[in-house]
Amino acid sequence: MAHSTAGVITLTVNGEKHTLPVDHRTTLLDALRERLDLTGTKKGCDLGQCGACTVLLDGRRAVSCLQLAVAAEGREITTIEGVSDGERLHPVQQAFLDLDGYQCGYCTPGQICSAIAVIEEHAAGWPSAATADVRPEAGPPPLTADEIRERMSGNLCRCGAYVSIVQAVAQAADAEGAA
Amino acid sequence: MTTMTGTTATAAAVGTGHTRVEGRAKVTGAARYAGEIPFAELAHGWLVLSTIARGRIRSVESGPVMSMPGILAVLHHGNAPRVTTDYTGLLGRPDPTVAVFQHDRVPCAGWPVALVVAETSEQAREAAAALVVRYDDEPHDVAFSAGRPGTYTPESSPRLQAETRKGDVEAELAASAVVVDAEYTTPEEHHTSLEPHAAMAHWDGGRLEVVDSNQGSRWVAEDLAQLFSLDPASVRVRSEHVGGAFGSKGVRPHQVCAVMAATVLHRPVRVVLTRRQMFSLVGYRSPTAQRVRLGADADGRLRAVDHQAQNLTSTVHEFVERSAAYGRVMYDADAHHTVDRVVALDVPTPTWMRAPGEAPGSFALESALDELAEKCGMDPIALRERNEPDRGPVSGLPFSSRNLLACFREGARRFGWADRDPRPGLRREGRWLLGTGTAAATFPSGVAPSTAAVTAEADGTFTVRITAADVGTGARTALTLIAADALHVAPEHIRMRIADSDFGQAMVAGGSMGTRSWAWAITTAAGELRERLALGGGIPPEGITVRSDTTEAVGALAMRERHSFGAQFAEVAVDVSSGEVRVRRMLGIFAAGRIVNPLTARSQFIGGMTWGLSMALHEEAVRDQASGALVGADLAGYHFAANADVPLIEADWVDDTDNDDPIGIKGIGEIGIVGAAAAIANAVWHATGVRHRHLPIRPDRVLLAVGGTGGAG
Ligand code: FES
Ligand code: FES
Repeated sequence: MAHSTAGVITLTVNGEKHTLPVDHRTTLLDALRERLDLTGTKKGCDLGQCGACTVLLDGRRAVSCLQLAVAAEGREITTIEGVSDGERLHPVQQAFLDLDGYQCGYCTPGQICSAIAVIEEHAAGWPSAATADVRPEAGPPPLTADEIRERMSGNLCRCGAYVSIVQAVAQAADAEGAA
Repeated sequence: MTTMTGTTATAAAVGTGHTRVEGRAKVTGAARYAGEIPFAELAHGWLVLSTIARGRIRSVESGPVMSMPGILAVLHHGNAPRVTTDYTGLLGRPDPTVAVFQHDRVPCAGWPVALVVAETSEQAREAAAALVVRYDDEPHDVAFSAGRPGTYTPESSPRLQAETRKGDVEAELAASAVVVDAEYTTPEEHHTSLEPHAAMAHWDGGRLEVVDSNQGSRWVAEDLAQLFSLDPASVRVRSEHVGGAFGSKGVRPHQVCAVMAATVLHRPVRVVLTRRQMFSLVGYRSPTAQRVRLGADADGRLRAVDHQAQNLTSTVHEFVERSAAYGRVMYDADAHHTVDRVVALDVPTPTWMRAPGEAPGSFALESALDELAEKCGMDPIALRERNEPDRGPVSGLPFSSRNLLACFREGARRFGWADRDPRPGLRREGRWLLGTGTAAATFPSGVAPSTAAVTAEADGTFTVRITAADVGTGARTALTLIAADALHVAPEHIRMRIADSDFGQAMVAGGSMGTRSWAWAITTAAGELRERLALGGGIPPEGITVRSDTTEAVGALAMRERHSFGAQFAEVAVDVSSGEVRVRRMLGIFAAGRIVNPLTARSQFIGGMTWGLSMALHEEAVRDQASGALVGADLAGYHFAANADVPLIEADWVDDTDNDDPIGIKGIGEIGIVGAAAAIANAVWHATGVRHRHLPIRPDRVLLAVGGTGGAG
């Protein structure tokens, strides 16, 4: 490996620090999957078009195929492997499992990471294209099915599990609101 | 061999909802798909595809690339191991597309011309991009249109007839009070499973081991053995989790490339297709051009059904999209004519894609029925009732069960069809015109011989081994429930092991035949095992295993018309000033045999209906005539329905028992898409008064049709 194209970086993934040599061209997605053996984050397109590679960067969702690993140094990276509380599934994971919010499961880790962020974005008052009243004083809009559909549209599901994905996100949002 | 009946008095796992047995692994990211299993010394292959659509490879200039860092090999037609396609596999003659690097001919754009193998995927990718391939370019022809020169009627086989005739269609049309004569088209469509095709191959003590993502590990193993002239027992293929398939995950260039490279390099090699490569390497649904002529008496009774469909194939392999076959079981008529024609062009070979034939065929015929209902001044459901056959309209065979009208009755009740004003273009809500539509659906219910092994373990549990595949269908869970009931134990006592070619011959996950075929083999073995255990005596440490083979029982099944049926309903809103079409709700009611797991079955039906919506409004691969390649071959250029495109879709079913089938399962993977696009197109007509006979119903087509009278496009 030519020295000019490689370096050693430290990534913080699911609260753990990993120091690893990488080719500078390595995406965060490939670093997770190929170098750290965290294969829960999926590669559906490698082009930023499908959302299968969604992870949380400092708590916000991002497609990891469009991030270079070297640019993710110093950030808190959370992957699907890091969202549950030990053996206890995250409410979003539990809802996907209970309501069959998937079929092949390949889009699922990305959907779940996205949904976790959607629920937080919504609670923080972020509007979406489906929000009727976007004035700040209007407060968070109700998290209707249309709001969920709009906010989850960066995550494609070829199996066509959207109907139950929307139900799962709504149920998880309710569960978290109640908690 | 005994044949067990599917249900037992004491157990009832089948029929109640169960979450997926691998569900926890899927929601935690622990489930590993084909490209995710680590191997020591793994090398990475990256394909290089042709940039011309027809011609010859003059040279592959691998010299400069070989000196790039980490490069291990460049395989091409000049140095790759030889393979043979001179065999008939489980699903027929192989598409020569899988015989990569065997000659210098390029028959289409995106044809494999080289494989670069390197220590890392970054190195392989860079070298693949840098590899210079020179061609002798020849003029290509990718222009598909109805009746174009070169169109022919393919040869029929006993199982697959290209053309059927009954009665005198022309005479009956002439005698008809009402005639519909319309042309419909559907575009090239792609499976786009979310998981790209991936395979890892390595030689382990004289055995070829392949970790793959496929619809049938035994199928792939046998074909690889044939291709590489190996003893079938020396090839093992596994495919534990599959990220969607829809017909695209059979024997494909990625497995062949991985085996070639592993053979040459004596180390494990993984080949993963890129999203863009998938658009030319894994098949697709051919575009279709269809003409439907219906002749009826004034009261809607059909005198003539004529359905002529055309699709394309490649110059290296014939694949026929059997759109016209759809009508052969649907409606009674005095005269019937159906034919599927094909034309060979300089394009990749199309293949089976979810409901091959039925998906585009139902769009044409079920749209034409709606046009006939309009002309007769009849309700579309009443028109279908009037033409309901009591035997196969063309075959004359009895139906094993046919509950189409029960689906319409239940669907009409739940959808609120009775209140519908049939006149088009009347309902307005702000900028939206509203309409509702319906269509029928059918899909064949087939079964194929399979083997299974069921073991009673010493600890009181059971292990089932069968080369089934779970491509997201829920088959692993459904088979667990089937086995539990057959063994009279709770599902927790069953260990279901699938997707390993070492488990023996079994049907692939395809044709909506997988679960029915596998369930039959498991039920048979389980029944014999119970009889064995009933004799008493302990279970030895290695357990007691019973194997089954359903070849004889499947072969003894009486000749019948065996099909699933369904009724599709859709409500749409159309904005004629922007051309936007929104589906507001869909309902599908199906008669699809015994439903094993209601939770996952509903997902299957809804998934199929979502595909129907996507087909109606979004999906379209555009082939550039100049380059012969697709325009925007990725998930931005090829849009399939995203979350915001999909409304609340409901699916349910009616009782559908088939007394002469020991299993009673009909298969549910495909019928959900059938008729769904027609129901939406019919609803768009009801909203706007304009017929859309060309899919997808894009905004520009809606806009162009504004002010038009008869139809769009
Ligand atoms: S893999 Fe990153 S968006 Fe598709
Ligand atoms: S579950 Fe298969 S792509 Fe979403």
